[in-house]
Amino acid sequence: MLDLDVHNLMAGNPRDAHYAQGRLGSAPADVEPLMSTPLTPPLLKAQSCEWIAEVMVIAQDRDQAAFAALFRHFAPRVKAFLIKSGADEALAEECMQDVMATLWRKAHLFDPARASVATWIFTIARNRKIDLLRKYARPEPEDLPWGPEAEPDQEDVLALQQESRKLAEALKRLPQKQRILIEKAYFGDLSHGEIATETGLPLGTIKSRIRLALERLRHNMSQATK
Amino acid sequence: MTEVKHHISDDFLIGYAAGSLPAAFDLVVATHVSLSDDARARLHAFDAVGGCILDEMDEAPVTKDSLAKTLSLIDGNAASEAATPQNQSPRENGTFPAPLRNMIGCDLADVKWRPIGMGCKQVIISESTDATARLLFIPAGQAMPRHTHRGTEMTLVLQGAYRDETDRFGRGDIEIGDETMNHTPVAEAGEDCICLIATDARLKFEGLLPRIAQTFLRI
Repeated sequence: MLDLDVHNLMAGNPRDAHYAQGRLGSAPADVEPLMSTPLTPPLLKAQSCEWIAEVMVIAQDRDQAAFAALFRHFAPRVKAFLIKSGADEALAEECMQDVMATLWRKAHLFDPARASVATWIFTIARNRKIDLLRKYARPEPEDLPWGPEAEPDQEDVLALQQESRKLAEALKRLPQKQRILIEKAYFGDLSHGEIATETGLPLGTIKSRIRLALERLRHNMSQATK
Repeated sequence: MTEVKHHISDDFLIGYAAGSLPAAFDLVVATHVSLSDDARARLHAFDAVGGCILDEMDEAPVTKDSLAKTLSLIDGNAASEAATPQNQSPRENGTFPAPLRNMIGCDLADVKWRPIGMGCKQVIISESTDATARLLFIPAGQAMPRHTHRGTEMTLVLQGAYRDETDRFGRGDIEIGDETMNHTPVAEAGEDCICLIATDARLKFEGLLPRIAQTFLRI
C-alpha cells in the first residue's frame, strides 16, 4: 500500500454517515475533504499505521483489492480467535465471514485516532461472538457525536497507532505465564472472579493517549456548537 | 461530561472488553462508559489489548471459497444496508444514556415504577439466572433499607446523589459492593436519587420485614 496516492485515498471522511447508506461501488462524488491537512504519505508509510489505508479505500471506493488484502491477514486470525473462544470449525468460519463483511460495511466508522485496525476488528469479532452466545445485541456505550468539524487529528492518529504498536511489543515481552492468562481472559476462559484486578498490563501511555484524543474531540464538538 | 469521582475498576472493564460479564453488568458498564471519558479511555485501552491478541493469533485455515463467500455476503447485504439504523447518539437533555434508554425503550419520565415501600420505587430491567439489572428510585432525603450482599452489586447513579458509610456518590459515580459490605445508602436532600443497579445475587436485607418484602419484590 505504500505507493498509493494518499491524497486520493483520503478524500472522503471515513466517518461520514452517508456511506452507511451507500451502495457497493458507488461512493458519493461530493464528499468533503477528510482533513484540512491530509494524512501525509510518510505517516501512512510508518509501519505503525498498517492497514489504515486499506480500510480508508474500502470506506471511500469500496475497493475489493484492499479488502482482499485485509481478508488474507485478518480472516485466519479472526477464525482462530473464535475457535479459541469455543466455536467449532464450521461456526467459526461462518461467523468470521460475517465479521469480515461487517468490516466492509462499517469501514466508514473506523477512527484511526482511537484504535488500530486490529483493535477495531477485534471489537467487531468480540461483539459477534457475544451476539451468538446470547442471541441478543449487547448494550454498547453511547457513540460520541461527531460535530461537523470533528476530524481525527493527524498527530492523534500517529501517536495512537504508535502506542498500539508499543503495547503489542510490551505484551510480547510479558512472562509467558502472564500472557497466557491475559489471552484466556479474552477468549472468555476466565470467570469474572478469576480476572485479577492487577493484571500488570502496560496500559498507562495508550490510555492517556486515547484520553487526549477524546478531550480534543469534545473540544471540537463544543466549538462546533457555539 | 459529568465529573465522575468514583470510577469503575479495571476487572469489570476487562470483563466487558472480553465479553465475559453477565448481561446485567454489561448494561451498567456501557451506561457508565457513556458518562465517563476516563472509563471510555480505559475501555479502549483494554480493547487495544484484544487487538494485539487478535493480531498475534496463529492462523486458522479458512475454507477455499471463504473470500468469495464473504464478498457475496457483502453483495447480499448491500440492499438491506439502507434500512440499518444509524448509530445511537446521545439525546439532548436526557437523563438516561443511550444504552439504558435503548434497553428500556424510554427515558426517565416514562419509566413504569413499582413502589417497594418507604417511598422507594424500582423497575426490573433484565433478569437472568446469573444476574439482575434494575432501576431504583430513592426519594430525596430517604434511606434505603440496610442490606448486605450475597454476591456482587454494582450501583451507578443517574440522578441526584446518595451517601453511605464510605462516601458520596453522584451522577456517573459507580460503587461496587460485595459480601463484606453492609451499607445504608441515604439519598441526599434536594433531588430524588435514581440508580441503575446490577446484582449477581439477591440483596440480603437485615431484619425480618424487609426480607419478606425481598421475596415478593425480587430486590
